[in-house]
Amino acid sequence: MIIGISILVLGVIGVIAAIILFIAAKRFYVYEDPKIGEIEELLPGANCGGCGFSGCHAFAVECASAKSMDGLVCTGVNSEGMKKIADIVGLTPVANQRKVAIIKCSASCENRDPRNHYDGVRSCAIEASLYQGESDCIYGCLGCGDCVAACPFGAMQLNEGEELPHVDLDKCTGCGKCVEACPRNLCELSPIYSDRPIVWVACANRDRGPVAMKECGVACIGCTKCRKVCPNEAPDIKSFIAHIDQEKCISCGECIKACPRHTIKSTADPISAD
Amino acid sequence: MKTFKKGGVHPPEKKTTNNCPVVEMPVPDELRIMLSQCIGVPAKPIVKPGDSVACGQMIAEAGGFVSAPVHSPVNGTVKKIEPTRTPQGIWQDSIVIETDKENPVSFPTPRSDGEVNDLSPDDIISIVGDCGIVGLGGATFPTRVKLSVPKGKTAEFVLINGAECEPCLTCDDALMRRDADKIVKGTLLIMKATGAKAGMIGIEENKPEAIKSMSDAAGKYSNLDVVTLKKKYPQGGEKQLIYAITGRTVPAGSLPIETGCIVDNVATAYAVYDAVYNRRPLTERILTVTGPEVPNPGNFLVKNGTSLLEIMKFAGGVPEDTGKIIAGGPMMGRAVSSLESSATKGLSGLVVLPESTSLRKPEGPCIRCGRCVSVCPMGLEPYLLMLQADVKRWDDMSQSGVLNCLECGCCTYSCPANRPLLDMIKLGKQELRKIK
Repeated sequence: MIIGISILVLGVIGVIAAIILFIAAKRFYVYEDPKIGEIEELLPGANCGGCGFSGCHAFAVECASAKSMDGLVCTGVNSEGMKKIADIVGLTPVANQRKVAIIKCSASCENRDPRNHYDGVRSCAIEASLYQGESDCIYGCLGCGDCVAACPFGAMQLNEGEELPHVDLDKCTGCGKCVEACPRNLCELSPIYSDRPIVWVACANRDRGPVAMKECGVACIGCTKCRKVCPNEAPDIKSFIAHIDQEKCISCGECIKACPRHTIKSTADPISAD
Repeated sequence: MKTFKKGGVHPPEKKTTNNCPVVEMPVPDELRIMLSQCIGVPAKPIVKPGDSVACGQMIAEAGGFVSAPVHSPVNGTVKKIEPTRTPQGIWQDSIVIETDKENPVSFPTPRSDGEVNDLSPDDIISIVGDCGIVGLGGATFPTRVKLSVPKGKTAEFVLINGAECEPCLTCDDALMRRDADKIVKGTLLIMKATGAKAGMIGIEENKPEAIKSMSDAAGKYSNLDVVTLKKKYPQGGEKQLIYAITGRTVPAGSLPIETGCIVDNVATAYAVYDAVYNRRPLTERILTVTGPEVPNPGNFLVKNGTSLLEIMKFAGGVPEDTGKIIAGGPMMGRAVSSLESSATKGLSGLVVLPESTSLRKPEGPCIRCGRCVSVCPMGLEPYLLMLQADVKRWDDMSQSGVLNCLECGCCTYSCPANRPLLDMIKLGKQELRKIK
């Protein structure tokens, strides 16, 4: 008997609540363009900010109401994905140059002796604000992994024993989170081409040649040899450091052979520019 | 006995050099004088390699409003202008001077008492500016700027900071014992320059000899007073000292002049005396070299630009079992990463710690014991600020008042879990400054 009353009372409450919810759902209904949801499904959902908007939802809202796809690019999806997004809103996609992060330091522990021991917080930002770092080079990687922590796509990892970040080029979307995170500005976004690997100078040491040579075994000393052998004048040397202009570079590899300090690096194979 | 209201700690004093007299270090053969020796813009060199310079000659002029010129401490020749590492190992421009071995130093004729009396407040301020005097307590803020009281504000008191609340350091103590009369004269000059009616010299109770000699020297003047303070760190902080002596509170985000106070270190007062009476610019200072295993610790009078290695050699060499050498006191100082660098105006001491006591202890989780909150002299909540910094909520840190933090380190010192509270707080302050 008591159980019967309980079921009855709860049932009545349930029905009343359902009616209230039904009315509320009708009354406070907010229309959202169904395209927004569809676009968001295609986005990576990492809220990396590489598109220039505050997150994936903001980007989807922007796309749904856009008149043209000009300037609307998600670095996290490939060109096929961008085409799908453009199809949803009925626009033509704009071709986008894919970029990936490269690290402008190649000094592993064996190339750059730690001169002191840092026992503070494991954070590059804190270490950089305190002092020069564990080695003599005040420009190089500190190895605490602020970039690894900042990467929303898990594309970076610190190599064991080397204390240098390594970029997984298949996962990297070129969102630029690591560029912001590195207190020494060692991450750079470089365009990639499907027909050739990236060749870059993996060093940021701006000290004069003799000083740089003492500080690190693989520091660029600004000797200009790379520029001399380059058929296209891609390397540019400023403040004792070479920088390769990716638009001029043809990835012939002459500079890699010529560099007396083994500072110039290249990705193993061409990577998909898609 | 007077002290400040909120927070504070009292670490073991370890002032083992408190009976050592001031020993003048011999003039080194080569000086590397840093161009950036004060908060603000670095000085601009006005000499070229090959120029011969005289003792006290200006070699670099002020680079802007908040900046101070730099002078040569010796007679000699400019060898080169090149980067030198700071104690933190960062390259900064410096002027390298080779000392004239036969005649290393020479002094100008001092001003007579009559001449000094004829100086107007503006004259004193311009002498202080030309002589490159900066706050010698550690912040190295140009004293000329501090003494120029802004329009609409009046200075009532000049507070001279002789608290020396940092453990290990005894350089101010040694100076007060040696030159009490001169510090008092310097204080009177600062009072004249700012128009303040009274001067008060705050000294912590653990320096009885300094209190006695300063009281004797100040007793001759009715507008000067020596105040004995309870020993508590960070008494030497500007806001803490103002509260301890006058009972006034500096509003958050404003300068001490809001309360009618000007605070200067005893060493700064001495430098003002030296500049005005002896026409000698700021080219040397007293610093403490100490540590349990340093062979000859003491208080040394060191020329600006002397290499840290020379200073350590003068103190008997770097002990074998050295974990860290700290530039400044153990609470607020920073570890030295390179002894190639040279002494600057702001260097108050070198504390040599053995390996066993220098390393950080492993960090544990926060148990919300609230010790950091109870010791914070600014009434902040360090544990909360650290959590906010961990998740990069810089705006929230700003609302929690992180910019009032004076970086005294009481929170990190008292944390039973050895959490790096101050490191994270400093990171937040740095990020907020970037956003601005």
